[in-house]
Amino acid sequence: MSVLEIKDLHVSVETDQGTKQILRGVDLTINEGEIHAIMGPNGSGKSTLAYTIAGHPKYHVDSGSILLDGAEVLTMTVDERARAGLFLAMQYPVEIPGVTVTNFLRTAKTAIDGEAPAIRTWIKDVRESMAKLRMDKSFAERNVNEGFSGGEKKRNEILQLELLKPRFAVLDETDSGLDVDALKIVSEGVNRAKENTGLGLLLITHYTRILRYIKPDFVHVFVDGRIAEQGGPELADRLEDEGYDRFLAETPVG
Amino acid sequence: MSAASTSTAPTSSPTSSEALPTAEQHGIKEHSDGRFGFVPVQTRSARFKSFDVADFPAVTGREAVWKLSPVAKFTDLTGGVLDGSAYDIDATPHADVDVSWVDRTDARIGTAGAPEERAAANAWSSFETALAITVGGEEAKEITLTRANLGSAPRAAHTIIEARPFSQAVVILQNTGDARLSENIEIIVGESANLTVVTVQEWNADAVQLANHFATIGRDARLKHVVVSLGGGIVRVNPSVHLAGQGSDTELFGLYFADAGQHLEQQVYVNHDAPNSRSRVTYKGALQGAGARTVWIGDVLIGRSAPGTDSYEQNRNLVLTEGTRADSIPNLEIETGDILGAGHASATGRFDDEQLFYLQSRGIGEIEARRLVVRGFLSEIVQHIGSKPLEERLQGAIEDELRGTEGN
Ligand SMILES: Nc1ncnc2c1ncn2[C@@H]1O[C@H](COP(=O)(O)OP(=O)(O)OP(=O)(O)O)[C@@H](O)[C@H]1O
Ligand SMILES: [Mg+2]
Repeated sequence: MSVLEIKDLHVSVETDQGTKQILRGVDLTINEGEIHAIMGPNGSGKSTLAYTIAGHPKYHVDSGSILLDGAEVLTMTVDERARAGLFLAMQYPVEIPGVTVTNFLRTAKTAIDGEAPAIRTWIKDVRESMAKLRMDKSFAERNVNEGFSGGEKKRNEILQLELLKPRFAVLDETDSGLDVDALKIVSEGVNRAKENTGLGLLLITHYTRILRYIKPDFVHVFVDGRIAEQGGPELADRLEDEGYDRFLAETPVG
Repeated sequence: MSAASTSTAPTSSPTSSEALPTAEQHGIKEHSDGRFGFVPVQTRSARFKSFDVADFPAVTGREAVWKLSPVAKFTDLTGGVLDGSAYDIDATPHADVDVSWVDRTDARIGTAGAPEERAAANAWSSFETALAITVGGEEAKEITLTRANLGSAPRAAHTIIEARPFSQAVVILQNTGDARLSENIEIIVGESANLTVVTVQEWNADAVQLANHFATIGRDARLKHVVVSLGGGIVRVNPSVHLAGQGSDTELFGLYFADAGQHLEQQVYVNHDAPNSRSRVTYKGALQGAGARTVWIGDVLIGRSAPGTDSYEQNRNLVLTEGTRADSIPNLEIETGDILGAGHASATGRFDDEQLFYLQSRGIGEIEARRLVVRGFLSEIVQHIGSKPLEERLQGAIEDELRGTEGN
């Protein structure tokens, strides 16, 4: 049984005004098959946590550790982390001009598995996943994320989640910018991936909306770079009613 | 994430920005109306021209056409004696394409354009015989002419490529080996002909080539012109296209990959001189290694004689390492108010770290990720060449250039 452990994580970024501390001691353990929701106000550091797990070079880890089945993730390169089984669905997926979705998916799958996928089943898998995510066939020949709408970009992230089959995935505001139909389609995709592979999920969101379709086992409230409170799904309902004011009053943002 | 997209009066300073072209800039989509109040010092078409080298003063390097070129490195070509004799040429035979050496008195010589600088005029004054490629036949065909033995003594060359009315062909000029060459190529596209000219420069590392292409395009005819410069020390290929016939059409593509110490330059000029003419200029370059240098100047003139013109030009440069320099200078001159569209864009950007992160976060190693991005960037040009075997071969050549990066 796989486990992802985040221990006392402190992270800062270099800004024009100097070093800015963002994460101030994050502790979180996710077991395979669990869904954890992280909710918090804008600027509280949710994306920073996501990027740090994935290894974005902009974020500097001052102290702490991230362990995947006991192995230190922080010393791995970005691609090593992905090959170790981590996946980040980005809040703002990047456009890659001149690289088609088909080529990109095949290259990524080959890199992650260490060998090229069997052509026939692979093509079938890609087609089926795209169909289920209601992505038109033509997307396969388009350049990655280029000219995609916000919602199409998010579907493309979930397409990768389904095909690359990570052990743990961080979904950074996959729900934002989606209308209710797209939200359902994307949520179904996430649930399908979980059923098929039993992955663990860290679901970052600002709103409770997506939690109607993807049921979390745990909810963490993220404020000012650390987890301020945690509980079960009922905590999300409470946030829906009360908002973040209660937490913001205690800890001024800054 | 945005790259500079110039839509105001251009300046001659290199544009630069932090990122790769975005969707709008990558394809030919925008048509910014260019009817801004830009008054050029001298209309492009009014530049001094002469077939005689003696009409040009010695080159100083301050001239508009030379100011971005390392003129001290080829004084033999701008001022010295050039060997203008015939040279070895290897051509794939085709029943409808005649390839032969013709006299200076050939009626076609001088009909497509005239030198605007001293190296071109020197070549014009020096050539003894011209290579003439005459295309007939209405069905599609492809021929390749290879020059591989030009040697390292300074020489002049003159070439005529004529596509007879209604003819169709892809003509590939393949250049390898040594060269110290100044040359003029005249391209004459007859009424309703459809001609593609691809010139591929894969010279030896210390070769110098100064080439001027002069094209004139007849009524409803079409020229696709592709410049691919990969190998050579100094390679300057300046295509100049005169859209002379009503409804004439040109697409000019360029792909260049400058390594350490290489100077790759192209000065493109499109002269819209007839109603309803159309032009598209798309040049893309990559730079890697200390002293890698590229120059792109794109002049478009839309004359009073060219109502209904539809024109767009763009240049993109991808900077892969430190210590390189890319100049990118679009100039648009519009003399008529009655146009369909005219626009230009220019951007020079570093390798985008966010793209690299995205690809790596999907398990793709750094070297492979870089390769994917550069290949993708340049493939837009390769895909337009229109010769599958050449496209495949060039993809391979680009891979080799990229492998050069890893060695550094
Ligand atoms: N590269 C950076 N340079 C400067 N400041 C940064 C950088 N990255 C993050 N920050 C700052 O760190 C704080 C946390 O940002 P982060 O993106 O992690 O928040 P978030 O919780 O994901 O917010 P949102 O809900 O808006 O997505 C913000 O104040 C942000 O401005
Ligand atoms: Mg965020």
